[in-house]
Amino acid sequence: MKMDIDRIAALARIKLKAEEKEKLAADLGNILSYVEKLSSLDTENVPPTSHVLAIENVFRKDVQTPQRIIEEVLAKAPEREGDFFKVPKVVEGS
Amino acid sequence: MSAEYESVIGLEVHVQLKTKSKLFCGCPAEFGAEPNSNTCPVCLGLPGSLPVLNEQAFLYGIQIALALNCRVAGRLKFDRKNYFYPDLPKAYQISQYDQPLSSGGHLLVEMKEGQKKIGITRAHMEEDAGKLLHEGRAGSVVDYNRAGVPLMEIVSEPDIRTPDEAYAYLTALKAVLQYVGVSDCDMEKGSLRCDANVSIRPKGETRLGTKVEIKNLNSFSAVKRALQYEIARQIDAAEKGETIFQETRLWNDERALTLTMRSKEEAHDYRYFPEPDLVPFTVSSDWVEDLREDLPELPAARKERFVKDYGLSEYDASVLIQDKDLGNFFEECVTAGAPPKRASNLIQSELLGMLYERGETFHAMKTTAAGIAGLIRLVENGTISGRSAKDVLADMLETAKPAEDIVREKGLTQVSDETVIAEAAKKVIAANPKPVEDYKNGKEKSFAFLVGQVMRETKGKANPALANKVLKELLG
Ligand SMILES: [Zn+2]
Repeated sequence: MKMDIDRIAALARIKLKAEEKEKLAADLGNILSYVEKLSSLDTENVPPTSHVLAIENVFRKDVQTPQRIIEEVLAKAPEREGDFFKVPKVVEGS
Repeated sequence: MSAEYESVIGLEVHVQLKTKSKLFCGCPAEFGAEPNSNTCPVCLGLPGSLPVLNEQAFLYGIQIALALNCRVAGRLKFDRKNYFYPDLPKAYQISQYDQPLSSGGHLLVEMKEGQKKIGITRAHMEEDAGKLLHEGRAGSVVDYNRAGVPLMEIVSEPDIRTPDEAYAYLTALKAVLQYVGVSDCDMEKGSLRCDANVSIRPKGETRLGTKVEIKNLNSFSAVKRALQYEIARQIDAAEKGETIFQETRLWNDERALTLTMRSKEEAHDYRYFPEPDLVPFTVSSDWVEDLREDLPELPAARKERFVKDYGLSEYDASVLIQDKDLGNFFEECVTAGAPPKRASNLIQSELLGMLYERGETFHAMKTTAAGIAGLIRLVENGTISGRSAKDVLADMLETAKPAEDIVREKGLTQVSDETVIAEAAKKVIAANPKPVEDYKNGKEKSFAFLVGQVMRETKGKANPALANKVLKELLG
């Protein structure tokens, strides 16, 4: 099973060292070939399963249940500015 | 637009559903709260939290789908759309991929050339992202109050051919959503958002050209202007033999142009997969039919009714129904005793224009439907002339006083006393020998001028029919 480890790393926004890439490629390769076994099954007439539980239509009523946890969360945030989370500058467009 | 090209436009509209709580958690979904105050472990994406679908949002979604003539799926699921962006706390958005809530609908749009049917590819549910703010800061900051707010994404077929059609589609869509009553549809508050996809192709070509996505469209007129600009830009590029790149461009309203969004190095790959934290959903046809029955009267049906019951023209009816509240206001005027056609005329030819000039909406204006009906009654029974009615209406909008009071205070009561009108007519005849002469020589236009002068002489108070009659007699 071939895969582009650089692309996967880029999509996951992680930086990998060369030796990590090698190790991860091998690990992921093993995982994929294990899962590949499934393709040997005949699933022609089996509808796809999107969920392992045999239940459906689980709803909650439209009721407000405010939690007021933001102080606690912001206190643990890497950076804050007042009541905002602060993140590196994101610029759209020019 | 150049004669050799046509544009192909598709619109993606996101509309916020008017629920009390968010789509998957109990946080208040309202606009304008303190930053990050409406957040919880679910919408902040904290480990161990689990989403549970808001039933009301689901029902609203189905109602929107039905109002847009879509087929509601019997079985559907939610999927994770994966991407990294600071406005997305979980690094994925819960959306719908291959089993959307609904698909295959259409919307009828009123154009000058007649009705046009615009297909709706799909309408699905998803959660909103947070809001990033950049202005005047070294970094960016995020407010996650909006994260997890329920949205319907409504995707049109690429059936739209001109910026005007795009505008008409949005107007019609907004009207439907407003009638269903499931959203505020307020672009300023972000409860209605629109992205546009546009490409050009030589006329007669059936293949699609390279499509460009335009974002940052903050009003319907911005959509129209951005499309006009972008179509011209693409045609210009095509004629110069340049390549049109598939890209996302941002509309800059101040500079009136679209600019390339700095493209991320890696191509978009959302790696959709089924959301394991939510179970699948099934919708029985009985359930769908119950919801269909609960739908209120929609714009198209109301327009038909206005034409049939009130004798309005198709055009007048289509203007009045465009805004649910405007349609209601018109009907309240009728209920308060105003003849439908007069009410329609007064609203369309005077009231809306005056409000526009005053920078007001009729929601916030100082007069009521009963007030308008009162004003129309004064014209109907001859107390004031149509011309005075305009002035009285302007005063009503300024002072909130009933028409009767304004007429009394300003002495605008129509003059139906022949001797008074004759007095004025004699003055006009004496002061305008040339038009009088022309009229006697058969120039009908001069007569209209003389009537106008009599109206002016009486400060608009003369009964126009009497002014006509008296002048004719005097000139006879
Ligand atoms: Zn929440």
